[in-house]
Amino acid sequence: MEKRRNLQEHKGAISFISSLMAIAAGLIFGLIILFISNSKDALPAFATILTGGFSEGARGIGQVIYFATPIIMTGLSVGFAFKTGLFNIGASGQFTCGAFAAIYIGVKWTFIPAGIHWLAALTGAMAAGAVWGAGPGLLKAFFNVNEVITSIMMNYIGMYLVNMTIVKTVYDALKNQTKPVAKSAVLPKAGLDKLFNTGNLNIGIIIAILAVIIIYVVLHKTTFGYELKACGSNKSASKYAGINEKKSIVFSMVIAGALSGLGGGLLYLSGSGKYLQVLDVLAPEGFSGISVALLGMSHPLGILFAGLFIAHLTVGGFNIQLYNFVPEVIDMIIAVIIYCGAFALMFKQLLNTFMASPVEESSETRENKDNTDNIADEDDEHAEKEESQ
Amino acid sequence: MEYVIEMNHITKIFGKFKALDDVTFKVKKGEVHALLGENGAGKSTLMSVLFGLYQAEKGEIIINGKTEQISNPNDANNLDIGMVHQHFKLVHNFTVLESIILGRETVKAGILRKEDARKKVMDLSNKYKLKIDPDAYISDITVGMQQRVEILKMLYCDNDILIFDEPTAVLTPQEIEELMKVMKELVKEGKSIIFISHKLNEIKAVADRCTVLRKGRHIGTVDVSTTTKEQMSEMMVGRKVSFNIEKTDTNVGEAVLEVRNLTIKARNSKKNMVNDVTFDVNRGEIVCIAGIDGNGQSELVYGITGLIPINEGKVFLNGRDVTKESIRRKCIYGMAHIPEDRHKHGLILDFDLQQNAVMQTYYEPRFQKFGLIKFNSVREYARKLIKQYDIRSPKDEDSVVRNMSGGNQQKLIIARELDRDPEIVLAVQPTRGLDVGATEYIHKQLMAQRDEGKAVLLISLELDEVMNVSDRILVIYEGEIVGELNPEEITVSELGLYMAGSKRGESYGKKA
Repeated sequence: MEKRRNLQEHKGAISFISSLMAIAAGLIFGLIILFISNSKDALPAFATILTGGFSEGARGIGQVIYFATPIIMTGLSVGFAFKTGLFNIGASGQFTCGAFAAIYIGVKWTFIPAGIHWLAALTGAMAAGAVWGAGPGLLKAFFNVNEVITSIMMNYIGMYLVNMTIVKTVYDALKNQTKPVAKSAVLPKAGLDKLFNTGNLNIGIIIAILAVIIIYVVLHKTTFGYELKACGSNKSASKYAGINEKKSIVFSMVIAGALSGLGGGLLYLSGSGKYLQVLDVLAPEGFSGISVALLGMSHPLGILFAGLFIAHLTVGGFNIQLYNFVPEVIDMIIAVIIYCGAFALMFKQLLNTFMASPVEESSETRENKDNTDNIADEDDEHAEKEESQ
Repeated sequence: MEYVIEMNHITKIFGKFKALDDVTFKVKKGEVHALLGENGAGKSTLMSVLFGLYQAEKGEIIINGKTEQISNPNDANNLDIGMVHQHFKLVHNFTVLESIILGRETVKAGILRKEDARKKVMDLSNKYKLKIDPDAYISDITVGMQQRVEILKMLYCDNDILIFDEPTAVLTPQEIEELMKVMKELVKEGKSIIFISHKLNEIKAVADRCTVLRKGRHIGTVDVSTTTKEQMSEMMVGRKVSFNIEKTDTNVGEAVLEVRNLTIKARNSKKNMVNDVTFDVNRGEIVCIAGIDGNGQSELVYGITGLIPINEGKVFLNGRDVTKESIRRKCIYGMAHIPEDRHKHGLILDFDLQQNAVMQTYYEPRFQKFGLIKFNSVREYARKLIKQYDIRSPKDEDSVVRNMSGGNQQKLIIARELDRDPEIVLAVQPTRGLDVGATEYIHKQLMAQRDEGKAVLLISLELDEVMNVSDRILVIYEGEIVGELNPEEITVSELGLYMAGSKRGESYGKKA
C-alpha cells in the first residue's frame, strides 16, 4: 500500500518535471532568439524575462496577478472542455461576448443597486459566454459537427457581432472603444490594490481561484463530473452505461463558455483603464487560454499556476522593451514551451530511464507480470509506441 | 532431417517484460507445424519476429540452413515466407485479381498487364482447388473467399513457408474442412505450414507436429498423432481443464425477454440488417443465437439494448414494453449487457477499476450524496467485486483498466453486470479472445445465472460454445432467424448448414 502511494507520487513528480523541462527548452530557445537579434543585450534581457514580475517588488507581482486572471479563466475553459473530450478553440469569442455583456450591463443598467451591480455584470458575462459556448455544443451533440470548426467560426461571429453592437449601444466614437462602465460596476478592490500597490488589482483573482476550486470539485468529486469525464473519455461506453451523452456535451460546452465569458467580465470590469476596442482582431486571451491549459495539463491547479507563470513571462516581456527587444519574443518562448509540452511523452520516457529507482522497478515488474496476457493482443500498440519513440 | 526454419533460443523483451524467453522453434520441410498457446503465450510475438516485425534481443533464425537477419517483412518475403493474418489485409474496393497481384504487378512499359497475372492466378486457383472469382470486389465476397484470396496471394509470390494465424476463427465448419484439405494439399506440394491456433480439434485434424508455448516459454514440441488433446491442453494451460460444462436440468419459466418483429435498417442503405425477428428468452434457460459474423447479431443486440434505434417491432422485458425506454431505464428494469466490443462499449479504458465498476450505478444513493461521489463506498464495492469475481490486476481497485489483461477486463465487466442482479443477461461473444481458463470461468458464471432462474441470451460465433452452453439455439442468417434447434439433437455440421444459409427450419420459410 505504502509502495503504491510512492509510485503514484513519483509519477506525478515525473509529469511535473517533464513540464519543467519543456519550460526550460522554451527559455533556451528564447535566449537563442535574443542572441540572434542583439547579442550584446541578450543576457541582461534574458535576466529580465526570468525576473519577470519580481523586478518591481509587490507592484510587479500585482501586475502578474492582473495579467493572469483572464488567462486563468480561459485556460480553465479550454482545460475543462478538454477533460470532457472537447477541444474548445472558441474561448476567444466566448471571452469577447462575456466582456461585452459585462460592459453593456456596467454602462446601461445603472438601475441595479450599487452593491450588486458588478455581480449582475459578471453574471451577464457568464451567461453571454455560456450562450456562445452552447452553439458548438448543440451542433456537436445533435449533428455531430466537429466543435473545433464551429467554435473557431463562432470566434469571428462573436468578434464582429460585438464590434457592431458596441457601435450601436455603448460606443465612444472619439476613442473607437466602449464607454467606461459605471463606478458601481467596477469590481471591488478589497484592499488588494493597497497590498500590491497597483490600482489594477481587485477581487478578480479571488473569483478566478474560486472558479479553479469549483471546477476541480466538479470534475473530481461529483457524479456530474464523472458523467462528463466518462463521455469525454469514451462516448460509446457512456452511452452503453445509460449516460445521456448529448446532454453532457452541451453542458460541458456551456460551462466552458461561461468560464471564458467570466474571464472577459473580470478583465473589463477591473477598472484598470482597459476598454473593449472596436478592432477586427480576435481576443488574444482566448488563445493564451489554450497555452495555459496545455501547460497546466488541463488540471485546474496546473492551470492556475500555468496562468501565473505565463503572466510572469508576459510582464518580463514588457520589461525587455528597455533593451529595444519586442515583447513578441515572449510569445515565441511560450509557443516553444507548448511545443515541447507536446513532447512531454518523450521527456517522461527519458526521465523514466534515468530516474528509475529500485522501488519503482519492483512495482513495475509486478505490474508487467500481471500484464502478461495482454501483451500479445496488443502487438499493434507496441509497434505504435515504438514508432512514437 | 532437414529443417526449413530454425529459430534458436529467441528472447524478445518489451520494456521489462519477457514476451519470449529462450524459445526454440523448428519446422521441418513439408509438414504442418501447429503453434499452440493461450492468448498472450507469445505465439504472435514469435511469428512477428520470424516475419521481421520485431527484432529479437537474443537468438538466431536459420532459414533453409542459412543464418538470416530478418529486419522487416520484405526480408521475410524475399525468404519466401508468407503470412495469412488473422484479420485479412485486403483492399476492399479492389477486385480479387488486383488484390492478389498487389505489390507484384506485371508491368510492361509502365502499363499494367493483368492478362499474364490472371493466367497465373487461375492456374494456381485450379491447381490447389481454391475457388475464386477474379473479378469480384473484395467487399462483395464471403470471408471464406477472402481467405482463399489471401492464400493465393502467398502462392502467387511463390512463398514456400506459409504462416496461418488463427485462420479458422471466421469460418463455418464446412469452410474449415475445405481449408484443412487445402493445407494438406499444399504440404504435399512441398510447402511448409505454420498453423497458429488454440483449437485442439483442428490441430489434431491437420497438424503433424505441435509446439506449445506458455507465458513466453517453450513448453515442448510433440508429435500430434501420438498425443491426446487432454495432454496438449494440459501443456498449454499448465493444469487440467474440463472441456465439458456440467449442465443441470432447470425449470424453464415464463418469458423474460420478448422480441417481436424487430427490424433494423442499415444506416446508409435500405438493407435490413435485422429483418422481422421474433423470439423469447425464458427464465432458467440460455438461448444462443448462432451465426457467422456479420449476419445481424450485433445489430440485433444493439437494437434490444437501445444503442442503435430500431425501425420496427417491439421489445418486452418482463411483460413491460421497453422499446422506447432509455438505456438507463432498461438497466434499472434488469437488462444487463456484456458487449461485443469491450474496449468500445464495455469499459472506459483510461478510468480505473473502481470507476468502471460503477458505470451504471454511480448515481444510486449508495454511491453518491447531493451529487458528490462517496469514494469510500465505491472503493469498498470495487474491492467486493475483485474478491468475489477474482479479478486480478496490477494495483487492484486503483489499476487503470487499460493496463489490465483482456481476461480480467472481461471479468470486471461480467462482475459489474451480474452483480446488478439482472433479469436477463445479453452476452455477446463473452469469451472472444480469452484463454481456456477465463472461458471456463465465464461459462460457469452464465450457467449460474441460468440456474438461479435468470434468463441469458448468448450471441456466439464459436460452435463449441454454442453446442456446450446453450439450452436452445436460434440460427441467424442475413438478419433473419432461420431455425430453432436443440443442441442435444443436432450435429455441428448440420448447424453449419443452417449458418451458411443453405438450410432453413420448417416454420422459417424464406420471406417474400
